[in-house]
Amino acid sequence: MESQVSQPGSETKSLLVSRRTNRRAFTDKAAEVGVTVGGTMVFVALLLIFFYLLYVIKPIFDGADVEPVSTISYQNTDVATLMVGSDEQNEIAYRVTIDGQVDFYSVASKQLIQSFNPPLPAGATVVSSTKAKPNEQRFALGLSSGEALVVGVDFGVTYPDNVRTITPRLRYPLGETPIMVDEGQPLNNLVFDYIDSRIGFAYQDNDGAWKLNRLEGEENMMTEEIEWYSDLAVIEDAPKEAFTALMTPDHRQLILPTSGKIFIYSIRDTDTPSLLQVIDVKDGSNKVSNVSLLAGASSVLVNYEDGTISQYFQVSSRNGRLYQKIRDFEIDSPVQTIATEFYRKSFAVVSAEGELSLLYTTSQRNLFTETFNIAQPGEMAFSPRSNALIVEANNSLNIFAVDNDHPEVSWSALWQKVWYEGYPEPQYVWQSTSGSDDFEAKLSLMPLAFGTMKAAFYAMLFAVPIAIAGAIYTAYFMAPKVRSVVKPTIEIMEALPTVILGFLAGLWLAPLIEDHLPGILVLLTLLPTSILVSAFTWSKLPAKWKQRLPETYQEIMLIPVILFVGWFSFEISPVIEIAFFDGNTRQFITNELGITFDQRNAFVVGIAMGFAVIPTIFSIAEDAIFSVPRHLSNGSLALGATNWQTLTRVVLLTASPGIFSAVMMGLGRAVGETMIVLMATGNTAILEWSVFEGMRTLAANIAVEMPESAIGSSHYRVLFLAAFVLFVFTFVFNTIAEVVRQRLRERYSSL
Amino acid sequence: MGKWVKSGSPWIWMTGGAVSISLIAVLGLLLLIAWRGLSYFWPADIYQWQLEDNNGVKSTLIGEIYDREEVPTERLISAGHKFNEHPGEFVTRYLVKTGNREFVGLDFRWILATDIVSREKPEDIAMFERTKNGNFYGYPVAVIEDGQRLSLDGEQIETSLEEHIERSVDIGEQALKLQKSEIGSVNYALERLRLKERGLELDGKLTPELKADLDAQAEQLNQDYLVMEKDLFALRDEAARDSVIIRDMRGEEVTLKLDSVLDVSYVNRMNSFDKVVHWFVGIGRFVSHDPREANTEGGVFPAIFGTVFMVMLMAVIVTPFGVIAAIYLHEYAKKGPITKMIRIAVINLAGVPSIVYGVFGLGFFVYMLGGSLDQLFYPEALPAPTFGSPGVIWSALTLAILTLPVVIVSTEEGLSRIPSAVRQGSLALGATKFETLWRIIIPMASPAIMTGLILAVARAAGEVAPLMLVGVVKLAPTLPIDMNFPFIHLERKFMHLGFHIYDVGFQSPNVEAARPLVYATSFLLVSVIVTLNLTAISVRNHLREKFRSLEH
Repeated sequence: MESQVSQPGSETKSLLVSRRTNRRAFTDKAAEVGVTVGGTMVFVALLLIFFYLLYVIKPIFDGADVEPVSTISYQNTDVATLMVGSDEQNEIAYRVTIDGQVDFYSVASKQLIQSFNPPLPAGATVVSSTKAKPNEQRFALGLSSGEALVVGVDFGVTYPDNVRTITPRLRYPLGETPIMVDEGQPLNNLVFDYIDSRIGFAYQDNDGAWKLNRLEGEENMMTEEIEWYSDLAVIEDAPKEAFTALMTPDHRQLILPTSGKIFIYSIRDTDTPSLLQVIDVKDGSNKVSNVSLLAGASSVLVNYEDGTISQYFQVSSRNGRLYQKIRDFEIDSPVQTIATEFYRKSFAVVSAEGELSLLYTTSQRNLFTETFNIAQPGEMAFSPRSNALIVEANNSLNIFAVDNDHPEVSWSALWQKVWYEGYPEPQYVWQSTSGSDDFEAKLSLMPLAFGTMKAAFYAMLFAVPIAIAGAIYTAYFMAPKVRSVVKPTIEIMEALPTVILGFLAGLWLAPLIEDHLPGILVLLTLLPTSILVSAFTWSKLPAKWKQRLPETYQEIMLIPVILFVGWFSFEISPVIEIAFFDGNTRQFITNELGITFDQRNAFVVGIAMGFAVIPTIFSIAEDAIFSVPRHLSNGSLALGATNWQTLTRVVLLTASPGIFSAVMMGLGRAVGETMIVLMATGNTAILEWSVFEGMRTLAANIAVEMPESAIGSSHYRVLFLAAFVLFVFTFVFNTIAEVVRQRLRERYSSL
Repeated sequence: MGKWVKSGSPWIWMTGGAVSISLIAVLGLLLLIAWRGLSYFWPADIYQWQLEDNNGVKSTLIGEIYDREEVPTERLISAGHKFNEHPGEFVTRYLVKTGNREFVGLDFRWILATDIVSREKPEDIAMFERTKNGNFYGYPVAVIEDGQRLSLDGEQIETSLEEHIERSVDIGEQALKLQKSEIGSVNYALERLRLKERGLELDGKLTPELKADLDAQAEQLNQDYLVMEKDLFALRDEAARDSVIIRDMRGEEVTLKLDSVLDVSYVNRMNSFDKVVHWFVGIGRFVSHDPREANTEGGVFPAIFGTVFMVMLMAVIVTPFGVIAAIYLHEYAKKGPITKMIRIAVINLAGVPSIVYGVFGLGFFVYMLGGSLDQLFYPEALPAPTFGSPGVIWSALTLAILTLPVVIVSTEEGLSRIPSAVRQGSLALGATKFETLWRIIIPMASPAIMTGLILAVARAAGEVAPLMLVGVVKLAPTLPIDMNFPFIHLERKFMHLGFHIYDVGFQSPNVEAARPLVYATSFLLVSVIVTLNLTAISVRNHLREKFRSLEH
């Protein structure tokens, strides 16, 4: 900066006015502008990274949006609605009435396209009807004859002349003839579930007793027809006043809610249905108005008449897996109808006044609330892709477009303990993907941030003492000649690709440490001792010997000592192992001490990453100490202080901001290091400080999962968020370090 | 004693110890990599053991000693091993590479020293290097030429075997060349025709005549392809004509087709000179050949090529930006908050974790920029991405941002070393500021720019994490440069030495077999990077000396 020279004033230039000079002046100006723009590009680049990351992250914190698209008045208004729905493209909406008539309406033209009536046997009437889980798009009709008819709504897609044509139709998974459930007994309050050629029916007989029938289909070898074997049972003492029933799709539980209690029956064995649990949901004087299953059917949503909705799911306890209240959602007004999504844990509720809210259980978010013209709503359903909502109200089907891409992410889901389905208690969990569709994404960044901190902590524990001690010696005690060799040698380490350090740590160091654990222990204690002993021996050596070797070559004299100690520790390791640890230290640690031991653990990472960080810290700290003005230390020495006193009281104090900035820089590097952690740990996201266990860091997690995440998905954006967190971490560390360093430089120049 | 402690001397020794530990660590690490990497090419002796285990079962084992260790007997006993007589506190255990993968299942085996009855080093054992299934060890018994067993003996077998191997290797190379260059070109041309047709169709310009013309061209290419394919099969059959009969360690005679054999060597007969020659040949093959068997054998040529190409591309991008930024900071910028902010930005760019650049590169360059490029210029290939998927150009761009601070810092240091008298002299003679820069300052600073560039290249060559997101792959079928128009394919994915290490060391099915190769690759990478850094340091030192003399 000091050598910058501005050019002479304009008077001199005007002496040389000519055409050529004009061009020269122009070039000069152009160059100045160009260079200035180019120079600011660096700043722009940093801003670009920052804002691009923000731009990708932002949508996950946006709420959802719901907008009315179309309203279709339906026919047949005197019969109540059983279910509504639409096809995947939201082009066709349908309504099923409780007597089984299915009407398809075109969303664009609002006209009835087709209408189907299920084939009923002569003389039989529909006494009850029920719908299955939303993603099955099925319903069943219970007949007065004791038969049941299962109907599926289906959409065929064809492409004649490259134009997509959607044809609605009905499917009969059990055949068009109704299946006999209970001869002659009208099936009241029927519920059913059909999966894997097994079908379960639960219903009330005319006396109000709940009965259960499970039919198993088997293919007849001869006729290739499916024959059904039924298994009928009565559920003893089941509450007759239950206003509905729910059956979990794994055929394990039957849920019978009454206004104050929910009865859960285990129906695993159809012969002996047993009462599993009675949940007392009566919350003061609150009454239960509706109960429904969330996607995946692990959670039960209970809504009360005052608008509260509670989520219950099974939690392992001493008495087995029992339903437990997990969390509440408060809605201002009583909820009239509720709909759950096909695969995600979102649900929508509409109050009697027509206030529509979108909620998500895991992230406990209220994504959207607004009042629409859908007062006194009837049935409601999500479309298969969850981008539309069909609400039946005012004798019409109201179609809403739903924009709800990232409901699962919220501040609490990312950074706080969350009670996930099937977990015994609220936990921090990172588990971003799974095989199943209705998987509950667990996107807590805490285990990753913790892993990052743990890795950085152990690395710093290893690196800081060595790097700073080394920097002190190199800057203050070392002969200039040696220093000019030693400094670049240690700085070369910084250039070593971390992939090589990671490879060595994972495949060479980790097994080595595992096999020589006692040796490592010996090494850690022997190393400082041996240095002190050799120092003491040196001080007691006759002066004659000392003269031959100047004291400034201590580090060279120590090299053989350290090498010997290292070799000795590893040689003695098996002997100690046999003497104290039954010949196998690893088993000793696991079995006797009860400590989990991973081969690739924090200790290995600490050493390998410490190794990568040492040169960074060393180099900056050494510069800081070396540039402490000589007259300060000379003054101190002249006043009679020893070398060590001068160092600790004068030099280190003066250089301490520089050393601090070195540590900050090192920390910044340790936090963001990817390859070493990726290769030298097992990459399991755990929350344990143990040295003998691994971790999963933010950086390694990005490297592992980023190539597999779909663009624009919540997972993708959360990974960007992880990158953003890293960016901010290191930005803070580096900026502090740089500001401190600039201050220090100014202070030195004034000294 | 107390006085000694008071003097602070022990603490000084402790700090000295820290320096020694660092030095030992650095040098030890480099030596470890060098030793393990280079000894991979040294032909190891092949032994034949007679073994008898504690149940009295006898067997023969042929192979190389790969590793040895002392195991506490306790541990073996607790693991369920039984000894007929107690062998003492420790037992030596050898890891033997037995090769012959298709016949023995595991090509690595641990044997205990207590089981060994005898060990010898027979001169006649041959080691076959093969394209498939790793090495084969055994005694060559006969050569079969075109189904006929040649009646040869002793020396004759060996010379005949070598001749036959040479022949089939030659033919195999021809076949490979045909497949890679000529057949590859035809396929590439066919793909371009398809895209052209699709492009015309999208523009609505595909007339029946044009379509017929394109179809005719494609037909012609298909004809060419059929001819070449026939040649290729003929060559392959020719290469597979001969075979060799080998007696392996089970004592059985095994027939090996020569088209899978690359080389035969009689390691136990070699003298030191032969071994040195063999060692150099091994290194030569390592850097010039393609990888085989999921990268666990063969060479690393595509990885070297990919690394060098990407780094050069990056250097072309980063140099102008870095130099201009440095010139701005040092020559034009006024001292003030903006300059301070830019400086902090530079430091932060240097400190941001490399994986964050990877994430940024993937989102911004690949998906956003590349995706838009595809929409604009390559609509015919959609939905298959052209530039919209990770590729070498995006890797180069990402690493260019990553190494920008390195170039800036280094160039600025060079600029600050140029005495201001030089600038003042130029301006006093009437040159404008730009002319001073262009004619005087930049040429004088060029070694510093060079230093920055070398350091940037060294940094980029060793960086892996961001590349895993923006362009590197385990195995690239084609290099980014080939003989097909437009010759340089910036959108292609590439292989990289650093990623190769990660991939082979951690993702390969047979880590034990691949480990020496990883050490060799590591050594290659480390030596390139250390050399680059040392060059940079020496250039910088030289520069400092030069300007120090200029100032006086």
